[in-house]
Amino acid sequence: MSVDKDTVQRIAKLARLAVPQENLAPMADALNGIFNWVEMLNEVNVDGVPAMTSVVAQKLKWREDVVTDGGVAEALMKNAPESEGTFFVVPKVVE
Amino acid sequence: MSPTAFTLAGARDALKAKKISSTELTQAFLKAMESARGLNAYVTETPEKALAMAAASDKRRGEGIGGALEGMPLAIKDLFATRGVRTTAGSNILSNFVPPYESTVTQNLWDAGAVMLGKTNMDEFAMGSSNETSAHGPVFNPWRAKNSNANLVPGGSSGGSSAAVAADLCLAATGTDTGGSIRQPAAVTGTVGIKPTYGRCSRWGIVAFASSLDQAGPMTKTVRDAAILLGSMASPDPRDSTSVNVHVPDYEKQLEGGIKGLKVGIPKEYRMDGAPPEIAALWDKGALWLKEQGAEIVEVSLPHTKYALPTYYIVAPAEASSNLARYDGVRFGHRAKGARDITDLYERSRAEGFGAEVQRRILIGTYVLSAGYYDAYYARAQKLRTLISRDFTQAYAKCDVLLTPATPGPAFAVGDKSDDPVAMYLNDVFTVTVNLAGLPGLSVPAGLTANGLPLGLQLIGKAFDEGTVLRAGLAIEQAANFTHKPANWWSK
Repeated sequence: MSVDKDTVQRIAKLARLAVPQENLAPMADALNGIFNWVEMLNEVNVDGVPAMTSVVAQKLKWREDVVTDGGVAEALMKNAPESEGTFFVVPKVVE
Repeated sequence: MSPTAFTLAGARDALKAKKISSTELTQAFLKAMESARGLNAYVTETPEKALAMAAASDKRRGEGIGGALEGMPLAIKDLFATRGVRTTAGSNILSNFVPPYESTVTQNLWDAGAVMLGKTNMDEFAMGSSNETSAHGPVFNPWRAKNSNANLVPGGSSGGSSAAVAADLCLAATGTDTGGSIRQPAAVTGTVGIKPTYGRCSRWGIVAFASSLDQAGPMTKTVRDAAILLGSMASPDPRDSTSVNVHVPDYEKQLEGGIKGLKVGIPKEYRMDGAPPEIAALWDKGALWLKEQGAEIVEVSLPHTKYALPTYYIVAPAEASSNLARYDGVRFGHRAKGARDITDLYERSRAEGFGAEVQRRILIGTYVLSAGYYDAYYARAQKLRTLISRDFTQAYAKCDVLLTPATPGPAFAVGDKSDDPVAMYLNDVFTVTVNLAGLPGLSVPAGLTANGLPLGLQLIGKAFDEGTVLRAGLAIEQAANFTHKPANWWSK
């Protein structure tokens, strides 16, 4: 499988990353270098092998469904690039 | 001897005997840090906080109370959220981020009485093996080759922490390890680093890279110090669902008892073609040292070793692309100016905030998770991970611990490998298997190259058996008698 400029543009869109036109081809080359190298995984027969889901055998923990934190909206807003009160400001999304 | 040369254990004794106060010790480190700014090991120094914490510690000691790390000045990798202290993860996208909360691991350290000196430099989002992807610029290794003034890398991603420990700019430091980011920098700076079993240290409050692989661990001057620091860092944590509810033993106590009868496995697949002969020679020497102390050496096989790195470079970017989706320029972090609409805001904030390597990995991850490619890449990689993990299980039927080289070579020059991603990735060839299987791994300094640069050996243990790893590491440390220090060229 080989990645071309259009593919880079498509995945950049999915990743919400602006990649300038002139960088699409070099990025495709870089990704192909890496994908060609990972191709070696195809040598291995993985039929019937379960996918790893957890390195340590353990059941996910359960806890009471109660509020344990919160009420810190003002502290959280301190890192907001743009805010009004305890609201984040973004460009208009609804016409 | 300058107090900055203390080990953690040595400082503990000196503080206890009231030969030095935490304030005096902290002042000595702050002075050393100031004169070593050329190394670029710290990205944020916190002298006022350090002196306040030291004064509070001295007061506690005066009252006869205190924890396991009482009064001990430490450096913290800039990946750990520290309340009220800028935490950047080495990225421009977090250049002004000041967490309103504290990571569990660092909170454990402060609860044990430790003092924070500052935050250390690192590869951006912990993605790198040389600290060269940092938005704050590279860190220089305190070590230089004989008769050379060339600046070498301190390894990565915990390169600021490894340099700070090696140059005596802290008693010890925290690191994180996703593919080797504690053990590889420790190896190339003549310091000790252990990545504990996945789930041993809480990941809560550590900026996420690849959540199924990330683990925090100590970076120290000695194996004993690693045991001491890990004992305070590790804890079950209800705020991390993958933190495991198992008792944290007294690791320092587990150093005792020697290694008589210990079965040490030598995985034959780690003898790589084209590896420098010095690495193989050191490895043989390490096995001999263990044998001389009563261990039994057995050859074992980890047949899927060569697939570990390519597996990692699917799994880690996939998880990273998902974790890094949160940086959108809205709630925190860098925000592009003059966005046309919300998509433009996301796309440009991320393009401006993330560096080249991070962008590359986000794209790889997005691709391998995208419709039509998921089974070919991600699902296959997760199956490979099962096979890699089984290799270890089978090997441990024949032995208790594995001995391997820590890195394929010593520290390299700044700029040497930054143009070739795959060449850079190969630095982690001996360490990455351990993350994929979730096991504990320790790097311990074992010798110098003919050029005078440090090399490390790695011990890999069974899950939650850090005790055996540390005990075998201590045996290597004692036999190697590695007392070398880099010549100080950096002090201004």
